Amino acid sequence: MTHPEYLILVLGMGIVTYLPRWLPVILLTQRNLPEWFVEWLNLIPVAILSALIFGELFVSSGSRHLDFLNTKSLAAIPTFLFAIKTKSLGGTVVLGMLLFWALERVL
Amino acid sequence: MVRDGFKAAWPICLGYLPIGLAFGVLAQKAGLRPHEIGLMSLLVFAGSAQFIAVSMLSGGSSAFPIIITTFMVNLRHLLMSSALSVHLSRDARPLFLTVFAYGVTDESFAVNTARFREGAWDSGRALVVNQFSNAVWVLSTVLGGYGGQFIPEGSLGMDYALSAMFLCLLVYQLRGRVYAFTAVISGGLAIIGAVLIPGNAYVIIASLVAATAGFAIKQHLRGKAASVDPS
Repeated sequence: MTHPEYLILVLGMGIVTYLPRWLPVILLTQRNLPEWFVEWLNLIPVAILSALIFGELFVSSGSRHLDFLNTKSLAAIPTFLFAIKTKSLGGTVVLGMLLFWALERVL
Repeated sequence: MVRDGFKAAWPICLGYLPIGLAFGVLAQKAGLRPHEIGLMSLLVFAGSAQFIAVSMLSGGSSAFPIIITTFMVNLRHLLMSSALSVHLSRDARPLFLTVFAYGVTDESFAVNTARFREGAWDSGRALVVNQFSNAVWVLSTVLGGYGGQFIPEGSLGMDYALSAMFLCLLVYQLRGRVYAFTAVISGGLAIIGAVLIPGNAYVIIASLVAATAGFAIKQHLRGKAASVDPS
């Protein structure tokens, strides 16, 4: 790909990525949103996090097949329990990495 | 303020490093030079979309299909920015919001919402999280483009840093029955969606449906509570 073409590509990608990030922040901040909408928005983070994690742990991304038993999902169980117990983000990240690393070697 | 931001952002950075390096290596193999890689990371700043773009480029795709795909893949940020807007300072200037919006990613969104919930967090600290992780992303992708293949793959489970971080942030979000219910619905729908729908549109669909279901349950419980105790 030639240079100007590449510039157009990354500019285009940048614009279509930036707009969905920017519009809600500009339109919704500083506005009095209806109570029900705020309550609904408050449930969005837990929903997004859960969707991201479950999709990543239990479905192999390339072939789109269910895969409940893999290194990622097996490491997730003790990691999740540790997070519930300690509520420590740093500890959870380090433990998760070590477990994953160990499982990769064993399995 | 900057220190708080750094402290909150380090797990993101730890996770971005191996992904960024891997992206750099792939992009270089697809024929991009390090400054072109850096330019894409700087302008787009969205991991999965960039991976897809590079694989489409190596497949000989022209610009337009890649841009459309990028738009679809990154549409989920619409929901994240909406949820974040509730927490952003009411007297923030449009310029601040414009800069802030640039750094909204899955990871910074997850970290910042958790911190906002805890209190003792503000728009400025959230911006530091966004920008710090952005800097690490851009640098690691460029580094990968210069020869990331010399870094051993899978060193110390770094590939799992972001998954572990998301697991802990999910725990932070489980603050009652309604939240747990929403998480289960969303997770279940995400698994089904990830199998049935190509790409990552399943994240948007599962989140919208689950949040709405969670809200309905909340209303239902509230109605029940009101009928028992009319105070």
